[in-house]
Amino acid sequence: MKILAPFQKRKTETVNSEIFSVSRRDFLKVGGLLTGGLVLGVSFFSCDDKKKNVVTVAPNIYLSIASDGKVTIIAHRSEMGQGIRTSLPLVVADELGADWKKVAIVQAEGDKKYGDQNTDGSYSVRMFYRPMREAGAIARLLLIRAAAKEWQLPVEECDTENGQVIHRGSNKKKDFGELVETAQSLPIPKVEEIKLKDRKQFNMIGKETAIIDLHDIVTGKAVFGMDAVVEGMKIAVVKRCPVVGGMVKSFDDSKARAVPGVIKVLAIKGAGLPATLSKPLSGVAVIAENTWAAIKGRDLLEVEWDLGPNAAYDSAKQIEQLKLEVAKEGTIRRKRGDFNAAKTNAKKVIDHTYVAPYLAHATIEPPCALAIVKNGSCEVWACTQNPQGARDVVAEALGFAVEKVKMNVTLLGGGFGRKSKPDFIVEAAVLAKETGLPVKVLWTREDDIRHDYYHAMSVQRIVATIDSQNKLSGWAHHIAYPSISATEDLSVLQASDGELMQGATDFPYNVPAINVETHDAQAHLRIGWLRSVRNIPQVFAVATMLDEIAEARGVDAIAQALELLGEDRSITFEQELVKTTYPNYGEKIEDYPWDTGRMKKVIERVAKESGWGKTMPQGSGLGFAAHKSFLTYVACVVEVKVDQNQQVSIPNVYYAVDCGLAVNTDRIKSQFEGGAQFSASLALKSMITVKNGQVEQGNFDGYQIIRMPEAPQQIHVHIMDSDTKPTGVGEPPVPPFTPALCNAIYAATGKRIHTLPIDLKA
Amino acid sequence: MDTIRINKKEYTVAVDKEMPLLWFLRDHIGLTGTKYGCGVAQCGACVVHLDGEAVRSCVTKMKRVIGKEVVTIEGLSEKGDHPLQLAWKDVDVPQCGYCHAGQIMSAAVLLRERPDPTDEDIDDAMTGNICRCGTYTRIREAIHQASAMQKNGSR
Repeated sequence: MKILAPFQKRKTETVNSEIFSVSRRDFLKVGGLLTGGLVLGVSFFSCDDKKKNVVTVAPNIYLSIASDGKVTIIAHRSEMGQGIRTSLPLVVADELGADWKKVAIVQAEGDKKYGDQNTDGSYSVRMFYRPMREAGAIARLLLIRAAAKEWQLPVEECDTENGQVIHRGSNKKKDFGELVETAQSLPIPKVEEIKLKDRKQFNMIGKETAIIDLHDIVTGKAVFGMDAVVEGMKIAVVKRCPVVGGMVKSFDDSKARAVPGVIKVLAIKGAGLPATLSKPLSGVAVIAENTWAAIKGRDLLEVEWDLGPNAAYDSAKQIEQLKLEVAKEGTIRRKRGDFNAAKTNAKKVIDHTYVAPYLAHATIEPPCALAIVKNGSCEVWACTQNPQGARDVVAEALGFAVEKVKMNVTLLGGGFGRKSKPDFIVEAAVLAKETGLPVKVLWTREDDIRHDYYHAMSVQRIVATIDSQNKLSGWAHHIAYPSISATEDLSVLQASDGELMQGATDFPYNVPAINVETHDAQAHLRIGWLRSVRNIPQVFAVATMLDEIAEARGVDAIAQALELLGEDRSITFEQELVKTTYPNYGEKIEDYPWDTGRMKKVIERVAKESGWGKTMPQGSGLGFAAHKSFLTYVACVVEVKVDQNQQVSIPNVYYAVDCGLAVNTDRIKSQFEGGAQFSASLALKSMITVKNGQVEQGNFDGYQIIRMPEAPQQIHVHIMDSDTKPTGVGEPPVPPFTPALCNAIYAATGKRIHTLPIDLKA
Repeated sequence: MDTIRINKKEYTVAVDKEMPLLWFLRDHIGLTGTKYGCGVAQCGACVVHLDGEAVRSCVTKMKRVIGKEVVTIEGLSEKGDHPLQLAWKDVDVPQCGYCHAGQIMSAAVLLRERPDPTDEDIDDAMTGNICRCGTYTRIREAIHQASAMQKNGSR
């Protein structure tokens, strides 16, 4: 089983029929495989309906209704701060007509019966909005039929509201719970029989709903991966090879074993090279009674490494080498018109190389997983974005059938793509099997920063030509970075189709000549995906270059964007691609077209909301960027202030977003607020560098994250009203913020930014 | 016998006195509300109150804590109704939620010392608390709101 980036695979599943055909008897088969559950946080994982007099009916895999009126809804996607544990269940509840106060939400374990659970690529709402509505509507019809039968009244005259079925004519009402027994005797309605609600009938969809875990979070009761505890649990901390592909040669654990509380020391077999997106790194684990002893023991380990072929790797040198590489001709991946002719005939040529560093995810909760292996079965609790993928690789690593692995999903203290990779979960499972003990593997912050699946550094050169008519006549985008695909296959040296689609081959503007060219870049680290992935460096380059072009042409940046998008239409890219596909984030282009009209509308909206064009005081400036990613249209204006000490502050950020129908507007806003801060971190603060094959940063002192005094101060999010199919918002806020900030800094100071993170003192 | 009071309960300390308080709380007495984020006093996820002061429990050794009074997020209020907890809920501050015990514990000391904090006061008090999800604007709003609630409540 291979773990794939969410944008590397086509979405082929037909969600509906498959899910609803699953036996309803499968609803919440609870109880630990091996234990009575967690010592802490039991209610998070299991249905606490143990009262004997309560009967339930489960119309499908996603919900059940109990005779006491409680509606239990399954959250099958992982919660990492995006609010999905609230936003999808509320869709079920709204379509059902449930009383939200009587809804209990239970987190699903990793199991194919729930459909896709890989929480990544901003597609939870996009993929499950309709199935969730159908799940709710099936239950609604079932309850209405039960009431109609009891009342001997026509089904068509009944409706649901606030946890009751109501009969319009007679004002008869019955709580859902009272209808459970009758509902049990009726056949489950088929998807074809239901009628979904009209938008006007929604009570929750399109409005603000607070996250369900709020109270537990503010009182310290919420259970993250780090907080999972079972009886007799031991803690493991691992010393991993500092160089990717290196291996343990030998180790001396005498000092480590002398630490009181240390129980065992054992080696973990690593993947070697390729490092893979799923297997652990080679290392030595110290297992102890408590975390402190494990950390102390680990610090005292003496390990001799065979560092392998990456031991001489120097990231600064590779960046210099790639700068030379992108000056040459590359592999053409998209071609429109004749760029060389445009260049020959140009009145002006602008040519810049944009550099962005490696980044670490630095989820505030580092990777952590707890596993127990007993009698040929394994039970895991983990902060995983991909519970089914993790379950599969754990089964493979242990040599167990998948059914023998139970993968419980905790809350995630941040994910950003890091927790899609199950390497840390495999570590826990392997150690639990070898020791026969319940083992929680805890990554320290240093482990996390030094052994991540990094967002790849990138070198991009864009050459733009302006003709004698003052038109943008040519665009050549040269791209060099180690590909995510290289983590599984070292022979991959150039960007994949899925990576190029994110801000390079999807260049939407009306330019007569376009070249997108890729260049060789070898991978020396584990390369992964980080919130919005390649959109980050590609849109940084593209949108700052567009600003420079506007300036060279003497036109306004927003006016230019509208001009270059041209008339309202759907555009496609396939016909200009060379040995390259356009995966469209796993969706058919007919279902989710690239609509220039929608993009123009968000641009016009952000211009209006930000007061674009107004005169700014000395040292202040506005900057603009727009980008569609993960099928969501976003335009952004950043206001910046730069003081005499070159200190950057960001008083205002304006976003306009078209994500189709807005499901939970508060969580859309919060994703944009957080997306701006995430982008501000990488724009201003964060950088991973590598010397002698080893990451130089180790904690938040070296690898910096934006803090409150420097963080954007006001973030204004404007959501376009829409009836169109919803699309995700977890990642789309990130890409346009950084170039908008760079462009604002130029407006404020006259300094162009070509290298991240921004250093105005350089 | 070495003892400490945590959330008004007496505990006997029978661990390595070099152990940071964080791990005593999490591993030994099951108070997992206080989080590990960095281990070097950089992120603030582990902030607790030690004799009323905000300290980073990841670098506060047990030997410094003996005989003292510790309050964690679990003991900040009896019913989860400290003005900050109420304001946090009202503003819907958290995203992933992991850092917020530390955020609230830092803010609680700020509000006690400066019942009516300016934005600058908030910046100063909260600069040691990282929120990777980026909820900073709502944290600020919630602190102002809690300040207002506190004032109205005391009148």
